[in-house]
Amino acid sequence: MKKIFSSKNLLLLMGLATIIVSIFDRPKAFSVLLSFKTYLLEMLSVLPPILILIGLFQVWVPRKTVVKAMGSSSGLKGILMAIFVGTVAMGPLYAAFPLGVSLLEKGASLFNTAIFLCVWASIKIPMILFEIKFLGADFAGLRLALTLPSIVVISFFLNVILKGRNFYEKT
Amino acid sequence: MALGLSLVKSREKTASSLLSAWKFFRSMALPVLATLWAIGFLLTFLSPALISRAVGQNSGWQGVVIAAFFGSIVLIQAFIAFPLAGSILRQGASVSAIAAFVTTLVMVGVVTAPLEMKFFGKKFTFWRNFLSFIFALIIALIMGAILG
Repeated sequence: MKKIFSSKNLLLLMGLATIIVSIFDRPKAFSVLLSFKTYLLEMLSVLPPILILIGLFQVWVPRKTVVKAMGSSSGLKGILMAIFVGTVAMGPLYAAFPLGVSLLEKGASLFNTAIFLCVWASIKIPMILFEIKFLGADFAGLRLALTLPSIVVISFFLNVILKGRNFYEKT
Repeated sequence: MALGLSLVKSREKTASSLLSAWKFFRSMALPVLATLWAIGFLLTFLSPALISRAVGQNSGWQGVVIAAFFGSIVLIQAFIAFPLAGSILRQGASVSAIAAFVTTLVMVGVVTAPLEMKFFGKKFTFWRNFLSFIFALIIALIMGAILG
């Protein structure tokens, strides 16, 4: 399983698929590569600041601070902290994965990290403005009001299912 | 800017933070590349027109589920997705279907799942996406009841 789905094989598969598509439908293959390029450029523009941020975070922020702010005994404050950190940052969800991992490494609880990830994915201030513009304030407001508690519940279940295990925490 | 501040405070610590940033980059470069390529495929073969045809006119719970599935699979930027969702809504799709689409779009990521697995493990990835999907449906139904 693990071997088949390794990233190297996945890349090879993509390359192969692209070649096959290009035999049958050349414009389609071009369009695949074009979207690939667009997203790659977007990724490259998003990634460096995030990586630098992670690096700085790892070196400068002491473990104790993170444990206190977002550890398993941080309670409501930890939840609010996770929501806050998730909302202010910009970028696609895949950019949040490494950040989440470094939070775990520093001793944030699984519960709070899950909240952080979900909030990052779904609640962004510019995104909300956009949603209001195109789908209406009722729609956007109600969705936001329903999403936030859902995220807390989802993260709670996640924490229960995984028994709060934190694979990254070094003790 | 933060980097400059860090450099002023301690040259050594800055160097080590850059080093750890580089290590992170190396560990994620390959899976990210594969994921982005997969996204290229999806965007090509699942066009917005196709999506709007599938969930546009039919309402009811089937439309909601279909919309939720579409939202889970495709990966579109919010800045494209919201105008798209708005236009489908005006074409007569149900509020529930649109809510399901938008919510799963941001919360559930089938394409990014391999990447998520690499960072958080299989179990975490599966349950986070699964629970998000269920809750997206619940949110959608409530919204349909209130606004629909």
